[in-house]
Amino acid sequence: MPLSRRAFVVAASTSGAGILIGVRVSGLLRLARENEQSAHKPVPSPFVAWVHVKPTGEISLIVAKSEMGQGIRTGLAIPLAEEAEVSLNQVSVEQAETRPDIYTHMGTGGSHSTRQNYMPYRRVGATVRELMITAAAVKWNVPREQCFAREGAVLHRSSTKKASYGELVEAASKLPLPNPARVPLKKESEFRLIGHEIPRVDIPAKINGRAQFGLDVRVQDMLFAVIARCPTFGGKPAKFDAGKAKAMAGVRGVFEIPALGAGKFTAGGIAVVADSTWQAMQARRALEINWDHGSAISESSETLSEMLKSAASKSGKRLRNDGDVDAALSATTKHIEAVYELPFQAHATMEPMNITIHRREGGCEVWVPTQSPDWVQRVVADTMGLDAKKVVVHTTFMGGGFGRRYMPDYPAEAAQIAKEIDRPVQLLWTREDDMTHDFYRPASCHRLQGTVDEHGRAIVWSHTLASTSINGLWHPEQNKPEDSEIGGAKQMPYAIPNVRLEFNDVPTAVPRAWWRSVEHSFNGFVVESFIDELAAEAHRDPVEFRRSLLVGGKSGNPADEDDPNPQRLLKVLNVAAEKSGWGKPLPKGWGRGIAVYFSFGSYFGEVAEVSVSQEKALQIHRIVAAVDCGTVVNPEGVRAQTESAIIYGLSAALKNAITFKRGAVEQSNFTDYDPIRINEAPPIEVHLAPSGDDCGGMGEPALPPLAPAIANAIYAATGQRLRKLPFQLSV
Amino acid sequence: MAPIKLHVNGKINTIDVGLDTPLLWALRDALGLTGTKYGCGMGVCGACTVHLDGQAVRSCQTRVSAAGDKKITTIEGLSDNAAHPLQIAWIAEQVPQCGYCQSGQIMQAAALLARTPHPTDDEINDAMAGNLCRCGMYQRIRLGIRRAAKGANHAA
Repeated sequence: MPLSRRAFVVAASTSGAGILIGVRVSGLLRLARENEQSAHKPVPSPFVAWVHVKPTGEISLIVAKSEMGQGIRTGLAIPLAEEAEVSLNQVSVEQAETRPDIYTHMGTGGSHSTRQNYMPYRRVGATVRELMITAAAVKWNVPREQCFAREGAVLHRSSTKKASYGELVEAASKLPLPNPARVPLKKESEFRLIGHEIPRVDIPAKINGRAQFGLDVRVQDMLFAVIARCPTFGGKPAKFDAGKAKAMAGVRGVFEIPALGAGKFTAGGIAVVADSTWQAMQARRALEINWDHGSAISESSETLSEMLKSAASKSGKRLRNDGDVDAALSATTKHIEAVYELPFQAHATMEPMNITIHRREGGCEVWVPTQSPDWVQRVVADTMGLDAKKVVVHTTFMGGGFGRRYMPDYPAEAAQIAKEIDRPVQLLWTREDDMTHDFYRPASCHRLQGTVDEHGRAIVWSHTLASTSINGLWHPEQNKPEDSEIGGAKQMPYAIPNVRLEFNDVPTAVPRAWWRSVEHSFNGFVVESFIDELAAEAHRDPVEFRRSLLVGGKSGNPADEDDPNPQRLLKVLNVAAEKSGWGKPLPKGWGRGIAVYFSFGSYFGEVAEVSVSQEKALQIHRIVAAVDCGTVVNPEGVRAQTESAIIYGLSAALKNAITFKRGAVEQSNFTDYDPIRINEAPPIEVHLAPSGDDCGGMGEPALPPLAPAIANAIYAATGQRLRKLPFQLSV
Repeated sequence: MAPIKLHVNGKINTIDVGLDTPLLWALRDALGLTGTKYGCGMGVCGACTVHLDGQAVRSCQTRVSAAGDKKITTIEGLSDNAAHPLQIAWIAEQVPQCGYCQSGQIMQAAALLARTPHPTDDEINDAMAGNLCRCGMYQRIRLGIRRAAKGANHAA
């Protein structure tokens, strides 16, 4: 059935085709904004998804959201099935075609999918239910009020009349659509699915090898490619000898591809195409390349660290200024100052970057694990000189995303290769490629100053943030590098009379982009560590100190969606403290630390319980998390995402850093960037404390409070304050 | 390049690859068995784990020449209809997120349970420490293995 905008207005114009309803969401997503700022953007459709009630009564949800393990194919079906009064297995979720003329906001990121879609899907589900009830009432010639829907059928209260949605759909399709904004919604007490434990629909294919990830795409006559990229950022081949590589078995092509510059940010290099992945990898090893390393060769982590420290020590762009920090600081001789440092982080998805591409007469087809299929489409089209409509993009399962798969660099490289090769080609990034040419979480340095008065009250909070901005890389023309860096620092939630935030951008050749929880991953660490330092300075219990700075805060959700509601922070603080046994005695060498944080619409309180041995061996005994994500769609999903973000954050807190020397990343594989393993993974307890407010995001917000909870626990155990990630305990 | 016979999931296949080709790429590119995953190419992430005569090995570190007369089992051949106790437990505990590492996790855990039907937590940690899960589903992997082991107990 052809999809068109008219279908939203005229439900099911074609007899026998069922009902088709477009799903709209209001407001623009931040990531979509970033996305849409790039060139060649077509005018998008106002719909994010389409709901198709088939002639059988089964419902298809055709949606442009990518499944990367967050369970979105299940999470989006739940509100729809709930209100439509069908069982979950009557709804099939299908990956949308990449058609910006039919779907807007195709990106999956920013922990947005459930937040943005929950209410619209409920309304569409309710629309389906109401249409079916009306159709049945007309058919039976009974008052509408005597009919109700259940399990994909309408029933008559005072008789045994019953009609399935399949029997009603044709009549229903001829009815006028009710206004989706006014359609009656179910009460929470009537929910059969929302808030109940729902097994994920994508899991059965992930236990027997059937799930098809990007690297599993197999196309007739396909070839396999790898690219030799200059290890130094911005470098290029000065000259190369492909003689040996070309003479190897199975090698089909060796050629240079240029770097593509701003917006695509590919490194360029020498592409090697062969009959098999292994042959391509072997032939790449046989290349003899002299690199022109370019200017980045003078950069290293040491030089950058000095620049960041220097930038954090001088005044910068002022972004928050409550009270009078200077006057309050000069009024006392006693203030504390702390410098926090965080390194670059790699995404290190288990499935490295890859894409399969097939150029054909006048167009091309790609299969890609991506968070951003419409961006892939535009970039591939632009690189190949095609109209975007001629590029067919299939989104596969992703072996992890975490923000990395928003980037359009590997699709651009594949397009460069496809220009030279007539057969389908799968481009693979080896683990080493992935580690050394990621778009990293920015490195940052923070200088904090604060004071407490003789009554133990916090008086001053001053934060100077220096980072290697993401926005500075992607949108230098905006001259607003702080836009991607200050979230959570600007919204520092504690009631302190004098608060200041300043920002300085530090240039680097290292590419940066969004990494799970973005700037909250560093600002959460800094804010929740320094508030703990102020509590210690005030000789007050960290929970009680935070509580005193949150009570009396305004109740109700703030107008700006980036601002936290102090009452909800207070609640997760209290739940986390209670569930962790806060205040109960611990053995010597043990400590508890707490952190609370708001990001992506959700509130987290986390307590870490740790011990440090005399030999300075750190052990994390357990993590207790309390979460208020507003409305819980699937408790199973909330717990899974919490566990996941905590372990991801733990890797960055305890073990991982990306460093660079002579303009090149020093880590290359899981040997020297080794994430948390099962023997290091603490038990995690997740306590749901939903407020019933609007849905918050879940992919990211459990991460930011993890590192400070651990740092604060180490302080409680040892008196040692750790301000640099990953943590290193001094002997 | 020379024809080589591989005994995979109960079938004998003849493929034409270099003798130094890692079993991983032979399985994926020559035999189309894409359930076995590439993660690191160094044997440090476990995503490529398969069984060689019942032993868990990293297929990225095993050359086809070394697999010659041994029986290879991949995730596709672990059970009929996903009926292995671990696969059932993996659904019950909702273990996978992205799922990319899970073939390797399940194959590693299956080798563990075959040898040690009732592993202690330390034995689970030891056996599974070579398998990375970037989605961090370790708690669920532990629960899944314990659940499958408990099933073995009931059967016994």
